[in-house]
Order: sequence, then structure tokens, then C-alpha cells
Amino acid sequence: MSLAWVLTLGALLFSLGIYGVLARRNAVLVLMGIELMLNAVNVNLIAFDAWIRQGNATGQIFALFIITVAAAEVGVGLAIVLLVFRRRETINVDEVNLLKW
Amino acid sequence: MVAVLLAHEEAHATAQAAGFFAGNAWLIPALPFVAVGVIVFFGKRFRGKGAEVGIAATSISWLLSVIILVTRYVGGGGPVVLRSVRWFPLGRDLGLGLGMRLDGLTSIMFVVVTTVSLLVQIYSLGYMHGDRRYTWYYAALNIFTGSMLNLVIADNLMQLLIGWELVGICSYLLIGHWWEEKPNSDAAIKAFITTKTGDIPFLIGVFVLFAAARTFNITEIIHQVEDGNLSHVTLTAAAILLFGGAIGKSAQFPLHVWLPDAMAGPTPVSALIHAATMVTAGVFLVARLFPVFEASPQALNEVALIGAFTMLLAALLAMVQDDIKRVLAYSTVSQLAYMMAALGVGAGNAGIFHLFTHAWFKALLFLGAGSVIHAVHSNNMSEMGGLRKFMPHTYRTFLIGSVALAGIPPLAGFWSKDEILTEAFRVGARTIPAHGSPVVGSIVYGVGIVTAFLTAFYMSRAVHLTFQGEYRGHGRPHESPATMTGPLWVLAGLSLVAGFAGFPGWQKGFGAWVGVGGETRVPEAHLLLIAVSVVVALAGIGLGRALYARVPARDPLLRLGWFHTLLVNKYYLDEFYMRGIVRPIRDRVSAAIGTRKGGGILRYLQSGDVQRYAAALFAGVAILAFLFTKF
Repeated sequence: MSLAWVLTLGALLFSLGIYGVLARRNAVLVLMGIELMLNAVNVNLIAFDAWIRQGNATGQIFALFIITVAAAEVGVGLAIVLLVFRRRETINVDEVNLLKW
Repeated sequence: MVAVLLAHEEAHATAQAAGFFAGNAWLIPALPFVAVGVIVFFGKRFRGKGAEVGIAATSISWLLSVIILVTRYVGGGGPVVLRSVRWFPLGRDLGLGLGMRLDGLTSIMFVVVTTVSLLVQIYSLGYMHGDRRYTWYYAALNIFTGSMLNLVIADNLMQLLIGWELVGICSYLLIGHWWEEKPNSDAAIKAFITTKTGDIPFLIGVFVLFAAARTFNITEIIHQVEDGNLSHVTLTAAAILLFGGAIGKSAQFPLHVWLPDAMAGPTPVSALIHAATMVTAGVFLVARLFPVFEASPQALNEVALIGAFTMLLAALLAMVQDDIKRVLAYSTVSQLAYMMAALGVGAGNAGIFHLFTHAWFKALLFLGAGSVIHAVHSNNMSEMGGLRKFMPHTYRTFLIGSVALAGIPPLAGFWSKDEILTEAFRVGARTIPAHGSPVVGSIVYGVGIVTAFLTAFYMSRAVHLTFQGEYRGHGRPHESPATMTGPLWVLAGLSLVAGFAGFPGWQKGFGAWVGVGGETRVPEAHLLLIAVSVVVALAGIGLGRALYARVPARDPLLRLGWFHTLLVNKYYLDEFYMRGIVRPIRDRVSAAIGTRKGGGILRYLQSGDVQRYAAALFAGVAILAFLFTKF
């Protein structure tokens, strides 16, 4: 399979992620957008790793790192969302805007 | 004479040849930083709330420092140990390193810093007991200790600068330790901004040296200076700019105004940071780059004259203070000025010797003052008096510190102060060659003698007002616990004997192997000069005794009239800085460039809407990506 196809898939996933982060109001969906972006990066890494065929699998190992960090990130993120919801009874990101001028 | 120590490569030992301890001296600054990590994350789970972690780490650093000092001494000074790793590259052929330069100066500073830090941490067990930020206090003390040790071990100016700024931040944090009270946080901000004013020329000076020598490495810069590769103008400019940093850090005129206010911090902090270690960083800097200063008579004369001026100015202020810590603060300014003046007349070893002895007796005096404050709950000597009966240990140790500071033989302060005065006199009398002007040597000697008299007088005044006569405060004062009096006695012991390290005429004495700038001349003693300084010191003590032995209803110094008013108002310098510099800049200059108006418009950019921030971020990345593919 050509590298271009896989990279296109990565780019599409990344764009979906950006859309989620920038346009969705629900904080959980924003977090899911971030996950999509991270996975788009993973797809790219794996694709390049297979393409280069270096033998030491750096790209795959890096993808594993990203999965781990993403898990930690979403854990912290959901905890924050939960606390925001307990306090303000909303998880709409545009209503959580106290930190401004 | 200058280039003996640095006879280039052959004098430098590799890390392997230097032995385990000297080769791994980087452990000394590293250990307190490890302790910081442990204290910050796990400190509150320990039984001692993290204090024992800091004390343990500093103890190991102290032990290593002592081993290095002793092995170096037994080895007759030993070679300069250089070791470094590349930190990150800059451009094609430049790079920043993290490294160590272990010579006599570094090893003596190691012992001073770790000893005082260790004693202060032990003392704080009693003094800070039950404080609301006890664990954080120990973390900050250890950040400070590690940063200061990094400053003295640094082999390049950037690493030195990192340590320099970190100790400044620690000073800020610890002065403002009790920030809930406004004066304390104001004092912290003042200290930070005032020293930062000096750091700007310092930074420029570092870059001037870098531009000329194409390296930050101190050893290489010194080689180039000694080989005559750098022009006189460059060196003069660099030295004067670097000295700006030293003026700020070591509280010399005109940037001395922060140090007395810094007394708002806890007293052990004053002893560690604002008496024995951080404020000597400026003196250390001049000593470290001494060849740069020696290459420029103008810069040396400036150092000496600023020193001479500051020592008198500060000693006069110390006479009229009522706050016991402020007496000691002005005294510190004055004594630091002695060290600067010594360096300025070319007597680098005498200056560092005074740094060494001063660290013990001034830390002792501060900790003694802390013990008194702990007992009477006031800083004011007008609410003390008669404490001799209540606090015998504090009284005896404070007395030892005062006599050492006043310069009575055979205590520590006498030897170092007299060495400075003798060297200045000999420079003035042209019996030893000087890099600066002989006239400056005479000025330093004359002002130094007057200052010695004033020093003896204000310490005599402080001792009489605090410990003699009748108690004038509230409640019944009590002697401090053993965790506090123990460090006092250790420092008192050091104040008694430390001076013998630089016994005049001793071939293997202090200066011979510290060798600031490669200078290894053995100090000489002149009986006439010794007699003069002892008589002057005794006269000062006698005058203090005559005026304050029975506490007068009215301060006899009031008879000085307008001069007394001038001193009480600190020469109106704070007012001048406020009205002449701070307010014009704040009100007019900022109005002229429209800070307020511009800020009023720009702040609406911060909308609080995270998605808008994210959109800006993505747009920025997209633009950068476009530029990268295009060019």
C-alpha cells in the first residue's frame, strides 16, 4: 500500500480532531477531538516507520509512548471536566471563561 | 607573578588524576537539589516535615567539601581540576557546557557555604518550629544552597549566571517568607529589583567578554587575558560592567539600599543569605575574574573607591539603628565593602580571607540576634537590655562575634581586616607593586582605619544596649533551645580560631594556596600598623562603653544634630530613588509610551474562551508550516 494513502488517512483524522477541538462546545467531545489528533500522529508515525524499514521500530515505540501519555492526559482531562461539572453544572467550554481580563 | 597558577594545561589535572572526591566535586551542589525534590514531593510525610532531608543532604555536601579542602591543603594547594560536559550546542562551533572549576577559591567557598548552611538549617529547627510553611522553608534553603554551590563551582559564565539568578530568586522567596504582611513582600520585591538593576550591566559585561573571547569558559577567558589577546578597552568595559552585578549582589553604593530592608525575612535566612553567602557572590565574582580586573587599572580603582566609600557610608548608618538586625545589615554592607576595597587595591587573597572570617562571625551575630529576637519578640534594642542574665549562651557567643568583628586580636576579624589594611597601606606606600593607583591604596587605608573605629563603636553600642543594664521589654525572656545555642557555639569557636589560617608570614597559609588570580604572596605583619588598628578598635569599644554602659535617656548621638537626622533618614537615598527615579519612570515614561492605554486595548485578547486560544494556536502553526514549505 502506498504511503500517501496512509498519510491521507492521518490528515483526515487530524482535521476531524481539529474540528472537534475548535467547534464542539461539550468538553468531553473536545477531549475526544484531542484524542483523534493524537491518533492521527500515531498513524503517521507507524506509516513512516513501515516505509523507512529501519529495523529498530523507533516509530512504533514512539507511538506506544504517545498512547501512554494520551491515556494519562485524558485521565487528568476527564477529572477536570468532572470537577467543573460538579461546581458549575455545565461542561460547555464557552461557559467556563472566568480566567480573563 | 600573576600567571603562575595558570601555567596553562600542565597545571590542570584531569578528573581521574585528581582523586575521587575532587573529581566528583559536582556532587556537592547536586545533593541539595536532590533534597529539594524529596522535600517538595514527600517532605510532609517525614517525621521532621522534611527538615531532616535538607540537613542530611547538606551534611554530606559539607563532609565532601571538608575532605576536598583538607586533601587540597595537604597536597600543597593542588592543581586546578577542570571537568565539564556539553550541555547544548550554540550554532556551529560554540556550545554551552555544565562544568566545574575546582581551585583554592572554590574549595574555600564550598566549606563556607556548606558549613553556614548546615548550621543555619539546624538552628532553624528551633527558630522556625511550628512555622506555617516549615517544609517549604527547608526546600527553599536547599534550593539556595545548591544554587550558591553551583555559582562557585561554575566553569563558565553562563552557568555562573544561572546560579547567580537562582540565589537572587531564593533571596526574594525567603525575604518574603512571611508575605502575608505587606512590608515583607515589599522588601522582597525591593531586594529583587535593586539587585536586578545591577544584573543588567552584569549580563552585558558577560556578552562583551564573550564577543571578544568567543567563549563563556572562565579558564579560557583568563588564558586569553593573560596572553594579551583582548584589548584594554574591552577589558575595562567588561570589568566595569561585571562590577555592576557585584555592586547589586554585594550591596555596594549606590545599590546597597535593599540589604537593610531584606531583614524582613526570618533571621536564619539573614545569617545564611544576607551575611555569609549570597551577598559575598559579588566579591567572589570579582575574585573569580580577577585577571580581567587586574588588566584594567581603571576598573580596579573603581572597585577600590566604591569599596572605600561604601564601607564608611554604611558604618555611619549602623551607628544610629535601633533594630538590631539593621545594625548587622549595615555592618555587613560595610564589611563587604572592605572585601571589595581589598580586591580593588590588588589584595585578592586578603579580600577572600576577610570573606572567609566574616562569614563565621557575621553568621554568628545574626543567629545570636535571632536568638535574642526569639526571646523578647522584638527587633528593637530599645526593648532589650539586661539579657546577659537571661541568656548566658547567647550573650557569650554574641560577645565573641562582636569582638571578632571589632578586630581585637587574636579573634578572626582582626587578622583579615589587618591584612587588608596592611596591603592597602603598602600599596599606598609603594612598597609592593600595584595594578591600580597607589593613591587609591592610601585612601582605602585611611577610610579603612576610620571604619574600623566606627565598627568597634557600633558593635560596642549594640552589645551594651542589648545585653547590659536593665531589661526594658515585656515578659520574661528565656534562653533558646540547644538546637539554637549549639550552632552559636560552633560559629563562636570558628570566630575564635579562623583567623590563624592567614597568620602573617606563614608560608602555607590561607592566601598562599587560595591564590586569587594566581597571587601567592605571603602576607606580612607590621607591628606599627597592628598597633594602630588595635588602638583604634579599643578606642571605638571604649567610646561605646562610655556612652552606652548606662543606658542614656537620650541617645548621645543626637548631639550630632543635622548629621544625625541625615543618618536616621539613610541620606534620603530611598526618597531620592522613589521621587527621582521610580516615579518619573512609572508616571511620565510609561504615560509617554502609552503602557496603560495599550494594555487596556490588548487585554481584550484574553477572552477566557479556550477555543479561541486554540484557534489562534492552530493558525500560527499553519502559518509556520506554510513558511517552512515555501522557503
